Amino acid sequence: MSAVDLSVSVGPLKLRNPILLASGTVGYGNEISEFIDLNKIGGIVTKSLSLKPRKGNSSQRVVETPSGMLNAIGLANVGVEEFLKTKIQFLKKFDTKIICNIAASSVEEYVECTKLLTGEDTISAFEINVSCPNVKEGGLEFGNDKKAVAKITEEVKKVSTKPVFIKLSPNVSRISEFALAAKESGADAVSAINTLVGTAFDIFSRKPKIKNITGGLSGPAIKPVALAKVLEIKQNVDIPIIGIGGIFSWQDAVEFMIAGASAFQLGTVNFVHPNISETMINDLILYCEKMKISSLKNLTGSFIL
Amino acid sequence: MFLANAKVDSVTQIGTNVFLLKLQSDKIAANAKPGQFVNIKVSNSNFPLLRRPFSICNVEGDYFTIMFTSVGEGTLVLQKKQKGEFVDVMGSAGNGFSLDGNYEKAIIVAGGIGAAPFPFLIKELEKIGKGIICLSGGRTKNDCITYEMKNVSIATDDGSFGFKGNVVELLSSQIDRYKNERIKIFGCGPNAMLKSLQQFCFTRNIEAEISTESSMACGFGICQGCPVQSATDKNKFLLVCKDGPVFNVKDIELP
Repeated sequence: MSAVDLSVSVGPLKLRNPILLASGTVGYGNEISEFIDLNKIGGIVTKSLSLKPRKGNSSQRVVETPSGMLNAIGLANVGVEEFLKTKIQFLKKFDTKIICNIAASSVEEYVECTKLLTGEDTISAFEINVSCPNVKEGGLEFGNDKKAVAKITEEVKKVSTKPVFIKLSPNVSRISEFALAAKESGADAVSAINTLVGTAFDIFSRKPKIKNITGGLSGPAIKPVALAKVLEIKQNVDIPIIGIGGIFSWQDAVEFMIAGASAFQLGTVNFVHPNISETMINDLILYCEKMKISSLKNLTGSFIL
Repeated sequence: MFLANAKVDSVTQIGTNVFLLKLQSDKIAANAKPGQFVNIKVSNSNFPLLRRPFSICNVEGDYFTIMFTSVGEGTLVLQKKQKGEFVDVMGSAGNGFSLDGNYEKAIIVAGGIGAAPFPFLIKELEKIGKGIICLSGGRTKNDCITYEMKNVSIATDDGSFGFKGNVVELLSSQIDRYKNERIKIFGCGPNAMLKSLQQFCFTRNIEAEISTESSMACGFGICQGCPVQSATDKNKFLLVCKDGPVFNVKDIELP
Protein backbone atom coordinates (compact mmCIF):
# COMPACT_ATOMS: atom_id res chain seq x y z
CA MET A 1 0.00 0.00 0.00
CA SER A 2 1.40 3.34 -1.04
CA ALA A 3 1.59 6.19 1.39
CA VAL A 4 0.49 8.59 -1.34
CA ASP A 5 -3.12 9.73 -1.09
CA LEU A 6 -4.61 9.91 -4.59
CA SER A 7 -8.12 10.84 -3.50
CA VAL A 8 -9.56 14.16 -4.66
CA SER A 9 -12.80 16.10 -4.42
CA VAL A 10 -14.65 17.87 -7.18
CA GLY A 11 -16.90 20.14 -5.15
CA PRO A 12 -19.02 17.75 -3.08
CA LEU A 13 -18.04 14.68 -5.13
CA LYS A 14 -15.30 12.55 -3.58
CA LEU A 15 -13.20 10.41 -5.93
CA ARG A 16 -10.73 7.64 -5.10
CA ASN A 17 -8.39 9.20 -7.65
CA PRO A 18 -8.70 12.02 -10.20
CA ILE A 19 -8.92 9.68 -13.21
CA LEU A 20 -12.23 9.95 -15.03
CA LEU A 21 -13.18 8.59 -18.44
CA ALA A 22 -14.64 11.29 -20.69
CA SER A 23 -18.11 11.30 -22.13
CA GLY A 24 -18.39 9.93 -25.65
CA THR A 25 -15.18 7.95 -25.42
CA VAL A 26 -16.31 5.00 -23.31
CA GLY A 27 -19.98 4.51 -24.19
CA TYR A 28 -21.68 3.16 -21.09
CA GLY A 29 -18.64 1.30 -19.81
CA ASN A 30 -19.13 -2.24 -21.03
CA GLU A 31 -16.64 -2.31 -23.92
CA ILE A 32 -13.81 -0.58 -22.03
CA SER A 33 -14.26 -2.95 -19.08
CA GLU A 34 -12.64 -5.65 -21.22
CA PHE A 35 -9.39 -3.72 -20.83
CA ILE A 36 -9.53 -2.11 -17.39
CA ASP A 37 -10.91 -2.68 -13.91
CA LEU A 38 -13.47 0.10 -13.52
CA ASN A 39 -13.22 -0.32 -9.73
CA LYS A 40 -9.75 1.18 -9.78
CA ILE A 41 -10.43 4.50 -11.46
CA GLY A 42 -12.16 7.60 -10.11
CA GLY A 43 -15.20 7.34 -12.32
CA ILE A 44 -16.79 7.23 -15.70
CA VAL A 45 -18.75 9.90 -17.54
CA THR A 46 -21.44 8.34 -19.72
CA LYS A 47 -22.04 9.05 -23.37
CA SER A 48 -24.35 12.09 -23.60
CA LEU A 49 -27.94 11.16 -22.95
CA SER A 50 -30.91 12.89 -24.50
CA LEU A 51 -34.56 12.44 -23.61
CA LYS A 52 -35.26 10.32 -26.70
CA PRO A 53 -32.79 8.01 -28.48
CA ARG A 54 -30.67 9.73 -31.14
CA LYS A 55 -29.48 7.91 -34.21
CA GLY A 56 -26.54 10.24 -34.82
CA ASN A 57 -24.92 11.43 -38.06
CA SER A 58 -24.23 9.25 -41.06
CA SER A 59 -20.78 8.17 -42.14
CA GLN A 60 -18.10 9.53 -42.32
CA ARG A 61 -18.04 10.46 -38.66
CA VAL A 62 -14.33 10.46 -37.80
CA VAL A 63 -11.06 11.40 -39.45
CA GLU A 64 -7.52 11.58 -38.16
CA THR A 65 -5.72 14.93 -38.31
CA PRO A 66 -2.17 15.79 -37.18
CA SER A 67 -1.88 14.57 -33.56
CA GLY A 68 -5.63 14.51 -33.27
CA MET A 69 -8.94 13.58 -34.75
CA LEU A 70 -12.18 15.18 -35.81
CA ASN A 71 -15.46 13.59 -34.86
CA ALA A 72 -19.06 14.35 -35.68
CA ILE A 73 -20.97 11.50 -34.12
CA GLY A 74 -24.06 13.63 -33.56
CA LEU A 75 -24.78 12.53 -29.98
CA ALA A 76 -25.88 9.03 -30.98
CA ASN A 77 -27.31 7.58 -27.77
CA VAL A 78 -29.90 5.19 -26.39
CA GLY A 79 -31.99 7.85 -24.62
CA VAL A 80 -32.71 8.23 -20.90
CA GLU A 81 -35.34 5.50 -20.66
CA GLU A 82 -33.22 2.75 -22.22
CA PHE A 83 -30.20 3.92 -20.19
CA LEU A 84 -32.12 3.48 -16.94
CA LYS A 85 -33.58 0.16 -18.05
CA THR A 86 -30.46 -1.59 -19.36
CA LYS A 87 -27.19 0.36 -19.43
CA ILE A 88 -27.18 1.41 -15.78
CA GLN A 89 -27.58 -2.24 -14.73
CA PHE A 90 -24.11 -3.00 -16.00
CA LEU A 91 -22.60 0.04 -14.30
CA LYS A 92 -24.21 -0.83 -10.95
CA LYS A 93 -21.81 -3.74 -10.61
CA PHE A 94 -18.83 -1.45 -10.12
CA ASP A 95 -17.58 0.57 -7.20
CA THR A 96 -16.80 3.66 -9.23
CA LYS A 97 -18.47 7.04 -9.60
CA ILE A 98 -20.97 7.29 -12.43
CA ILE A 99 -21.31 10.79 -13.82
CA CYS A 100 -24.21 11.05 -16.19
CA ASN A 101 -23.71 13.40 -19.14
CA ILE A 102 -26.86 15.07 -20.45
CA ALA A 103 -27.23 16.78 -23.83
CA ALA A 104 -30.47 18.41 -24.92
CA SER A 105 -32.02 20.77 -27.43
CA SER A 106 -33.93 22.92 -24.98
CA VAL A 107 -33.86 24.00 -21.35
CA GLU A 108 -37.00 21.93 -20.79
CA GLU A 109 -35.33 18.80 -22.14
CA TYR A 110 -32.31 19.24 -19.83
CA VAL A 111 -34.69 19.56 -16.90
CA GLU A 112 -36.78 16.58 -17.96
CA CYS A 113 -33.70 14.35 -18.35
CA THR A 114 -32.34 15.41 -14.97
CA LYS A 115 -35.69 14.71 -13.28
CA LEU A 116 -35.81 11.20 -14.72
CA LEU A 117 -32.22 10.39 -13.77
CA THR A 118 -31.75 12.06 -10.40
CA GLY A 119 -33.63 9.35 -8.47
CA GLU A 120 -31.18 6.69 -9.63
CA ASP A 121 -28.78 5.95 -6.74
CA THR A 122 -26.00 4.66 -8.99
CA ILE A 123 -25.55 8.13 -10.50
CA SER A 124 -23.15 10.28 -8.49
CA ALA A 125 -23.30 13.54 -10.44
CA PHE A 126 -24.43 15.15 -13.67
CA GLU A 127 -22.27 16.67 -16.35
CA ILE A 128 -24.32 19.02 -18.48
CA ASN A 129 -23.13 19.19 -22.08
CA VAL A 130 -23.84 22.72 -23.26
CA SER A 131 -21.12 22.53 -25.85
CA CYS A 132 -21.51 19.74 -28.38
CA PRO A 133 -20.38 21.17 -31.71
CA ASN A 134 -22.06 18.50 -33.83
CA VAL A 135 -25.78 18.91 -33.47
CA LYS A 136 -27.88 21.52 -35.23
CA GLU A 137 -30.04 22.64 -32.37
CA GLY A 138 -28.78 23.31 -28.85
CA GLY A 139 -25.19 22.25 -28.23
CA LEU A 140 -22.78 24.86 -29.38
CA GLU A 141 -25.37 27.63 -29.51
CA PHE A 142 -26.04 27.15 -25.81
CA GLY A 143 -22.33 26.95 -25.13
CA ASN A 144 -21.80 30.31 -26.86
CA ASP A 145 -24.48 32.11 -24.91
CA LYS A 146 -23.71 33.02 -21.30
CA LYS A 147 -27.37 33.63 -20.49
CA ALA A 148 -28.32 30.21 -21.85
CA VAL A 149 -25.55 28.50 -19.84
CA ALA A 150 -26.76 30.33 -16.70
CA LYS A 151 -30.39 29.43 -17.35
CA ILE A 152 -29.68 25.74 -18.00
CA THR A 153 -27.48 25.53 -14.89
CA GLU A 154 -30.09 27.21 -12.72
CA GLU A 155 -32.99 25.05 -13.93
CA VAL A 156 -31.04 21.78 -13.74
CA LYS A 157 -29.83 22.62 -10.22
CA LYS A 158 -33.43 23.16 -9.13
CA VAL A 159 -34.38 19.57 -9.91
CA SER A 160 -31.09 17.75 -9.33
CA THR A 161 -30.35 16.01 -6.04
CA LYS A 162 -26.73 15.43 -7.14
CA PRO A 163 -23.76 17.67 -7.93
CA VAL A 164 -23.99 19.40 -11.31
CA PHE A 165 -20.96 20.02 -13.52
CA ILE A 166 -21.18 22.18 -16.63
CA LYS A 167 -19.07 21.08 -19.60
CA LEU A 168 -17.82 24.24 -21.27
CA SER A 169 -17.08 25.01 -24.89
CA PRO A 170 -13.61 26.26 -25.83
CA ASN A 171 -15.10 27.91 -28.92
CA VAL A 172 -15.55 31.23 -27.10
CA SER A 173 -13.22 34.16 -26.52
CA ARG A 174 -13.30 34.18 -22.70
CA ILE A 175 -14.12 30.79 -21.21
CA SER A 176 -13.80 32.15 -17.66
CA GLU A 177 -16.89 34.30 -18.20
CA PHE A 178 -18.85 31.13 -18.92
CA ALA A 179 -17.37 29.44 -15.86
CA LEU A 180 -18.45 32.44 -13.81
CA ALA A 181 -21.98 32.28 -15.26
CA ALA A 182 -22.14 28.59 -14.32
CA LYS A 183 -20.84 29.27 -10.81
CA GLU A 184 -23.24 32.12 -10.16
CA SER A 185 -26.12 29.88 -11.27
CA GLY A 186 -25.14 27.20 -8.79
CA ALA A 187 -22.88 24.81 -10.71
CA ASP A 188 -20.72 22.62 -8.46
CA ALA A 189 -17.86 22.44 -10.98
CA VAL A 190 -17.00 22.98 -14.62
CA SER A 191 -15.52 20.51 -17.08
CA ALA A 192 -13.12 22.14 -19.53
CA ILE A 193 -12.84 21.70 -22.40
CA ASN A 194 -15.15 20.14 -24.95
CA THR A 195 -13.79 19.73 -28.48
CA LEU A 196 -12.70 22.58 -30.74
CA VAL A 197 -14.58 23.10 -34.00
CA GLY A 198 -12.48 21.99 -36.95
CA THR A 199 -12.66 20.59 -40.45
CA ALA A 200 -10.57 18.83 -43.09
CA PHE A 201 -10.91 18.54 -46.87
CA ASP A 202 -10.14 15.82 -49.37
CA ILE A 203 -8.01 17.65 -51.94
CA PHE A 204 -9.11 15.45 -54.85
CA SER A 205 -12.88 15.46 -54.34
CA ARG A 206 -12.72 18.92 -52.67
CA LYS A 207 -15.31 17.66 -50.20
CA PRO A 208 -15.08 17.81 -46.40
CA LYS A 209 -13.69 14.58 -45.00
CA ILE A 210 -16.59 14.26 -42.59
CA LYS A 211 -20.24 14.29 -43.55
CA ASN A 212 -21.21 16.95 -41.02
CA ILE A 213 -18.67 19.33 -42.70
CA THR A 214 -17.22 20.38 -39.34
CA GLY A 215 -16.45 18.22 -36.34
CA GLY A 216 -14.92 18.39 -32.90
CA LEU A 217 -11.14 18.30 -32.73
CA SER A 218 -9.64 16.23 -29.92
CA GLY A 219 -6.37 14.52 -29.05
CA PRO A 220 -2.86 15.78 -28.24
CA ALA A 221 -3.25 18.61 -30.78
CA ILE A 222 -5.61 20.46 -28.43
CA LYS A 223 -3.78 19.95 -25.15
CA PRO A 224 -2.03 23.35 -25.01
CA VAL A 225 -5.32 25.11 -25.77
CA ALA A 226 -7.14 23.11 -23.09
CA LEU A 227 -4.42 23.81 -20.52
CA ALA A 228 -4.62 27.54 -21.21
CA LYS A 229 -8.41 27.46 -20.79
CA VAL A 230 -8.12 25.60 -17.47
CA LEU A 231 -5.53 28.12 -16.29
CA GLU A 232 -7.74 31.03 -17.34
CA ILE A 233 -10.66 29.66 -15.33
CA LYS A 234 -8.46 28.91 -12.32
CA GLN A 235 -7.06 32.45 -12.28
CA ASN A 236 -10.45 34.14 -12.58
CA VAL A 237 -13.19 32.03 -11.02
CA ASP A 238 -13.35 30.14 -7.72
CA ILE A 239 -14.93 26.91 -8.93
CA PRO A 240 -13.59 23.33 -9.11
CA ILE A 241 -12.39 22.35 -12.58
CA ILE A 242 -12.31 18.97 -14.29
CA GLY A 243 -9.56 19.21 -16.89
CA ILE A 244 -10.07 17.63 -20.31
CA GLY A 245 -8.29 17.92 -23.64
CA GLY A 246 -5.72 15.71 -25.29
CA ILE A 247 -4.38 13.91 -22.22
CA PHE A 248 -2.37 10.97 -23.57
CA SER A 249 -0.02 10.29 -20.66
CA TRP A 250 0.25 10.65 -16.89
CA GLN A 251 2.56 13.62 -17.47
CA ASP A 252 -0.22 15.38 -19.43
CA ALA A 253 -2.62 14.68 -16.56
CA VAL A 254 -0.20 16.17 -14.02
CA GLU A 255 0.07 19.32 -16.15
CA PHE A 256 -3.72 19.74 -16.00
CA MET A 257 -3.71 19.43 -12.22
CA ILE A 258 -0.89 21.97 -11.90
CA ALA A 259 -2.89 24.35 -14.14
CA GLY A 260 -5.86 24.11 -11.81
CA ALA A 261 -7.81 20.90 -12.39
CA SER A 262 -9.09 18.97 -9.35
CA ALA A 263 -9.66 15.90 -11.53
CA PHE A 264 -9.20 15.12 -15.20
CA GLN A 265 -10.85 13.13 -17.96
CA LEU A 266 -9.24 10.81 -20.45
CA GLY A 267 -10.95 10.91 -23.83
CA THR A 268 -9.44 10.18 -27.23
CA VAL A 269 -6.62 8.21 -25.61
CA ASN A 270 -9.12 5.48 -24.68
CA PHE A 271 -9.50 4.72 -28.39
CA VAL A 272 -5.78 4.11 -28.78
CA HIS A 273 -4.70 2.81 -25.37
CA PRO A 274 -7.88 1.55 -23.69
CA ASN A 275 -5.99 0.41 -20.58
CA ILE A 276 -4.16 3.68 -19.86
CA SER A 277 -6.57 4.88 -17.17
CA GLU A 278 -5.52 1.93 -15.03
CA THR A 279 -1.80 1.85 -15.87
CA MET A 280 -1.58 5.57 -15.10
CA ILE A 281 -2.41 5.06 -11.41
CA ASN A 282 0.99 3.67 -10.54
CA ASP A 283 2.75 6.35 -12.58
CA LEU A 284 0.96 9.04 -10.57
CA ILE A 285 2.04 7.40 -7.31
CA LEU A 286 5.66 7.22 -8.47
CA TYR A 287 5.55 10.88 -9.48
CA CYS A 288 4.17 11.91 -6.08
CA GLU A 289 6.80 9.86 -4.27
CA LYS A 290 9.56 11.40 -6.34
CA MET A 291 8.21 14.91 -5.76
CA LYS A 292 7.49 14.23 -2.06
CA ILE A 293 3.80 15.00 -2.53
CA SER A 294 1.80 13.16 0.13
CA SER A 295 -1.59 14.02 -1.27
CA LEU A 296 -2.21 14.38 -5.00
CA LYS A 297 -4.91 17.00 -4.40
CA ASN A 298 -2.19 19.42 -3.28
CA LEU A 299 -1.06 19.57 -6.88
CA THR A 300 -4.24 21.33 -8.03
CA GLY A 301 -3.48 24.90 -9.08
CA SER A 302 0.09 24.64 -7.77
CA PHE A 303 1.59 26.43 -10.77
CA ILE A 304 4.43 28.87 -10.19
CA LEU A 305 4.24 31.80 -12.56
CA MET B 1 -10.09 -9.19 -27.20
CA PHE B 2 -6.49 -8.59 -26.17
CA LEU B 3 -3.80 -5.95 -26.26
CA ALA B 4 -0.59 -7.65 -27.29
CA ASN B 5 2.99 -6.75 -28.09
CA ALA B 6 3.32 -8.83 -31.22
CA LYS B 7 6.78 -9.65 -32.52
CA VAL B 8 7.51 -9.01 -36.19
CA ASP B 9 8.56 -12.18 -37.97
CA SER B 10 8.70 -10.92 -41.54
CA VAL B 11 7.51 -8.36 -44.06
CA THR B 12 7.11 -9.86 -47.52
CA GLN B 13 6.20 -8.10 -50.74
CA ILE B 14 3.78 -10.27 -52.73
CA GLY B 15 2.61 -7.80 -55.38
CA THR B 16 3.37 -4.44 -56.96
CA ASN B 17 2.37 -2.65 -53.78
CA VAL B 18 1.07 -5.52 -51.66
CA PHE B 19 2.74 -6.66 -48.45
CA LEU B 20 2.33 -9.41 -45.87
CA LEU B 21 3.28 -8.70 -42.28
CA LYS B 22 3.71 -11.82 -40.16
CA LEU B 23 3.42 -11.28 -36.42
CA GLN B 24 3.76 -13.51 -33.41
CA SER B 25 1.18 -13.44 -30.63
CA ASP B 26 -0.15 -16.72 -29.26
CA LYS B 27 -3.18 -15.08 -27.65
CA ILE B 28 -4.34 -13.33 -30.79
CA ALA B 29 -3.55 -16.27 -33.07
CA ALA B 30 -5.41 -18.70 -30.82
CA ASN B 31 -8.58 -16.64 -30.70
CA ALA B 32 -8.79 -15.31 -34.26
CA LYS B 33 -11.63 -16.25 -36.60
CA PRO B 34 -11.74 -15.68 -40.36
CA GLY B 35 -13.06 -12.20 -41.18
CA GLN B 36 -12.02 -10.68 -37.86
CA PHE B 37 -9.52 -7.85 -37.76
CA VAL B 38 -6.67 -6.52 -35.66
CA ASN B 39 -6.22 -2.85 -34.79
CA ILE B 40 -2.58 -1.86 -34.93
CA LYS B 41 -0.74 1.10 -33.38
CA VAL B 42 1.90 1.28 -36.06
CA SER B 43 4.23 3.70 -34.25
CA ASN B 44 5.01 4.72 -30.68
CA SER B 45 4.53 8.38 -31.54
CA ASN B 46 1.49 10.55 -32.26
CA PHE B 47 2.13 10.07 -35.95
CA PRO B 48 -0.08 8.42 -36.84
CA LEU B 49 -2.17 8.82 -33.70
CA LEU B 50 -4.92 6.26 -34.11
CA ARG B 51 -4.71 2.52 -34.62
CA ARG B 52 -5.20 1.12 -38.11
CA PRO B 53 -7.56 -1.80 -38.73
CA PHE B 54 -6.42 -4.77 -40.84
CA SER B 55 -8.20 -8.03 -41.70
CA ILE B 56 -6.50 -11.10 -40.35
CA CYS B 57 -5.16 -12.72 -43.51
CA ASN B 58 -4.08 -16.02 -42.07
CA VAL B 59 -3.17 -17.81 -38.86
CA GLU B 60 -0.51 -20.46 -38.36
CA GLY B 61 0.39 -21.69 -34.87
CA ASP B 62 1.39 -18.68 -32.76
CA TYR B 63 1.61 -16.46 -35.83
CA PHE B 64 -0.89 -14.38 -37.73
CA THR B 65 -0.53 -12.42 -40.93
CA ILE B 66 -2.03 -9.20 -42.24
CA MET B 67 -2.06 -8.14 -45.88
CA PHE B 68 -1.92 -4.49 -46.87
CA THR B 69 -1.21 -2.12 -49.71
CA SER B 70 1.13 0.69 -48.85
CA VAL B 71 -1.12 3.72 -49.36
CA GLY B 72 -0.86 6.06 -46.41
CA GLU B 73 1.26 7.14 -43.48
CA GLY B 74 0.27 4.10 -41.38
CA THR B 75 0.96 1.44 -43.97
CA LEU B 76 4.24 3.09 -44.94
CA VAL B 77 5.46 2.65 -41.36
CA LEU B 78 4.34 -0.99 -41.32
CA GLN B 79 6.08 -1.72 -44.59
CA LYS B 80 9.39 -0.77 -42.98
CA LYS B 81 9.08 -2.96 -39.88
CA GLN B 82 12.07 -5.17 -39.18
CA LYS B 83 12.17 -8.73 -37.86
CA GLY B 84 12.28 -8.76 -34.06
CA GLU B 85 10.54 -5.39 -33.60
CA PHE B 86 7.40 -5.31 -31.47
CA VAL B 87 4.07 -3.94 -32.63
CA ASP B 88 1.16 -2.92 -30.38
CA VAL B 89 -1.84 -4.94 -31.58
CA MET B 90 -5.43 -5.06 -30.36
CA GLY B 91 -7.47 -8.04 -31.40
CA SER B 92 -8.95 -10.12 -32.60
CA ALA B 93 -11.83 -7.73 -33.12
CA GLY B 94 -15.28 -7.80 -34.64
CA ASN B 95 -17.49 -10.51 -36.04
CA GLY B 96 -16.01 -12.72 -38.72
CA PHE B 97 -17.51 -14.90 -41.46
CA SER B 98 -19.99 -17.57 -40.51
CA LEU B 99 -19.13 -20.92 -42.06
CA ASP B 100 -22.71 -22.11 -41.46
CA GLY B 101 -25.33 -22.35 -44.14
CA ASN B 102 -26.91 -24.68 -46.66
CA TYR B 103 -24.13 -24.76 -49.26
CA GLU B 104 -21.51 -27.09 -50.67
CA LYS B 105 -19.55 -24.58 -52.69
CA ALA B 106 -18.14 -21.27 -51.45
CA ILE B 107 -17.61 -18.53 -54.01
CA ILE B 108 -15.02 -16.01 -52.87
CA VAL B 109 -15.33 -12.58 -54.49
CA ALA B 110 -12.46 -10.16 -53.86
CA GLY B 111 -11.91 -6.63 -55.11
CA GLY B 112 -8.29 -5.44 -54.90
CA ILE B 113 -6.92 -5.60 -51.34
CA GLY B 114 -10.32 -7.09 -50.41
CA ALA B 115 -8.47 -10.38 -50.93
CA ALA B 116 -6.94 -9.91 -47.47
CA PRO B 117 -9.28 -11.99 -45.26
CA PHE B 118 -9.67 -14.93 -47.64
CA PRO B 119 -6.59 -17.16 -47.12
CA PHE B 120 -7.76 -17.79 -43.53
CA LEU B 121 -11.38 -18.30 -44.61
CA ILE B 122 -10.42 -20.68 -47.43
CA LYS B 123 -8.35 -22.78 -45.02
CA GLU B 124 -11.28 -23.09 -42.62
CA LEU B 125 -13.79 -23.82 -45.40
CA GLU B 126 -11.57 -26.62 -46.74
CA LYS B 127 -11.39 -28.13 -43.25
CA ILE B 128 -15.15 -28.62 -43.32
CA GLY B 129 -15.11 -29.98 -46.88
CA LYS B 130 -16.55 -27.06 -48.84
CA GLY B 131 -15.69 -26.57 -52.51
CA ILE B 132 -13.90 -23.28 -53.24
CA ILE B 133 -14.12 -20.99 -56.26
CA CYS B 134 -12.27 -17.65 -56.20
CA LEU B 135 -12.83 -14.53 -58.26
CA SER B 136 -10.39 -11.66 -57.90
CA GLY B 137 -10.70 -8.26 -59.54
CA GLY B 138 -8.72 -5.07 -59.87
CA ARG B 139 -8.19 -2.06 -62.09
CA THR B 140 -5.22 -3.65 -63.89
CA LYS B 141 -3.36 -6.95 -63.80
CA ASN B 142 -1.09 -5.52 -61.08
CA ASP B 143 -4.01 -4.78 -58.78
CA CYS B 144 -5.39 -8.34 -58.72
CA ILE B 145 -4.37 -10.37 -55.69
CA THR B 146 -4.53 -14.16 -55.84
CA TYR B 147 -2.45 -15.00 -52.76
CA GLU B 148 -3.44 -18.42 -51.34
CA MET B 149 -6.58 -18.51 -53.47
CA LYS B 150 -7.95 -21.68 -55.11
CA ASN B 151 -9.53 -22.08 -58.56
CA VAL B 152 -9.06 -18.40 -59.35
CA SER B 153 -10.56 -16.37 -62.19
CA ILE B 154 -9.36 -12.80 -62.73
CA ALA B 155 -11.20 -9.68 -63.83
CA THR B 156 -9.49 -6.42 -64.75
CA ASP B 157 -11.21 -3.13 -65.49
CA ASP B 158 -8.79 -2.42 -68.35
CA GLY B 159 -8.77 -5.98 -69.71
CA SER B 160 -5.01 -6.27 -69.19
CA PHE B 161 -5.56 -9.77 -67.79
CA GLY B 162 -8.45 -12.25 -67.65
CA PHE B 163 -12.04 -11.08 -67.94
CA LYS B 164 -12.50 -7.45 -69.02
CA GLY B 165 -14.84 -5.81 -66.51
CA ASN B 166 -15.35 -5.77 -62.78
CA VAL B 167 -15.38 -8.81 -60.53
CA VAL B 168 -19.16 -8.80 -60.08
CA GLU B 169 -19.62 -8.84 -63.86
CA LEU B 170 -17.23 -11.77 -63.94
CA LEU B 171 -19.31 -13.53 -61.29
CA SER B 172 -22.44 -12.84 -63.31
CA SER B 173 -20.85 -14.37 -66.40
CA GLN B 174 -19.99 -17.56 -64.51
CA ILE B 175 -22.93 -18.03 -62.17
CA ASP B 176 -24.88 -20.39 -64.42
CA ARG B 177 -22.14 -22.98 -64.01
CA TYR B 178 -23.31 -23.47 -60.44
CA LYS B 179 -27.06 -23.58 -61.03
CA ASN B 180 -27.28 -27.17 -59.80
CA GLU B 181 -25.15 -26.58 -56.73
CA ARG B 182 -25.86 -25.01 -53.38
CA ILE B 183 -23.60 -21.99 -53.11
CA LYS B 184 -22.70 -19.25 -50.63
CA ILE B 185 -20.85 -16.09 -51.58
CA PHE B 186 -18.19 -14.42 -49.43
CA GLY B 187 -17.23 -10.94 -50.61
CA CYS B 188 -14.75 -8.26 -49.63
CA GLY B 189 -13.67 -5.12 -51.45
CA PRO B 190 -14.51 -1.44 -51.94
CA ASN B 191 -18.02 -0.29 -51.04
CA ALA B 192 -19.09 0.23 -54.66
CA MET B 193 -18.16 -3.36 -55.47
CA LEU B 194 -19.90 -4.71 -52.37
CA LYS B 195 -23.02 -2.75 -53.23
CA SER B 196 -23.10 -4.24 -56.68
CA LEU B 197 -22.42 -7.71 -55.26
CA GLN B 198 -25.23 -7.23 -52.75
CA GLN B 199 -27.64 -6.30 -55.55
CA PHE B 200 -26.53 -9.33 -57.55
CA CYS B 201 -27.18 -11.64 -54.59
CA PHE B 202 -30.61 -10.14 -53.97
CA THR B 203 -31.63 -10.55 -57.62
CA ARG B 204 -30.50 -14.18 -57.70
CA ASN B 205 -31.51 -14.91 -54.12
CA ILE B 206 -28.06 -16.19 -53.16
CA GLU B 207 -26.88 -16.44 -49.57
CA ALA B 208 -23.95 -14.08 -49.01
CA GLU B 209 -21.76 -12.42 -46.42
CA ILE B 210 -19.64 -9.35 -47.05
CA SER B 211 -16.74 -7.86 -45.16
CA THR B 212 -17.00 -4.07 -45.03
CA GLU B 213 -14.56 -1.32 -44.15
CA SER B 214 -14.88 2.11 -42.61
CA SER B 215 -12.70 4.71 -41.05
CA MET B 216 -12.82 4.17 -37.30
CA ALA B 217 -11.03 5.47 -34.24
CA CYS B 218 -11.24 2.71 -31.64
CA GLY B 219 -12.18 -0.61 -33.27
CA PHE B 220 -14.22 -1.91 -30.34
CA GLY B 221 -17.43 0.08 -30.21
CA ILE B 222 -16.72 3.06 -27.98
CA CYS B 223 -16.08 5.88 -30.46
CA GLN B 224 -19.19 5.18 -32.57
CA GLY B 225 -17.19 6.37 -35.57
CA CYS B 226 -18.09 3.64 -38.08
CA PRO B 227 -21.86 3.57 -38.61
CA VAL B 228 -23.58 1.57 -41.34
CA GLN B 229 -27.31 1.75 -41.91
CA SER B 230 -29.28 -1.26 -40.67
CA ALA B 231 -31.48 -2.73 -43.40
CA THR B 232 -34.08 -3.91 -40.90
CA ASP B 233 -34.41 -0.84 -38.67
CA LYS B 234 -34.48 2.62 -40.26
CA ASN B 235 -33.69 4.27 -36.93
CA LYS B 236 -30.58 2.27 -36.30
CA PHE B 237 -26.97 2.34 -37.36
CA LEU B 238 -24.86 -0.76 -36.88
CA LEU B 239 -21.15 -0.38 -36.17
CA VAL B 240 -18.65 -1.81 -38.65
CA CYS B 241 -16.14 -2.56 -35.86
CA LYS B 242 -18.43 -4.33 -33.42
CA ASP B 243 -21.48 -5.56 -35.33
CA GLY B 244 -19.29 -6.25 -38.41
CA PRO B 245 -16.99 -6.00 -40.23
CA VAL B 246 -18.69 -9.05 -41.78
CA PHE B 247 -22.42 -8.73 -42.34
CA ASN B 248 -25.04 -10.84 -44.02
CA VAL B 249 -25.94 -8.90 -47.21
CA LYS B 250 -29.52 -8.68 -45.96
CA ASP B 251 -28.58 -6.82 -42.78
CA ILE B 252 -27.08 -3.57 -44.06
CA GLU B 253 -27.63 -0.77 -46.55
CA LEU B 254 -24.32 0.29 -48.01
CA PRO B 255 -23.74 4.02 -48.65
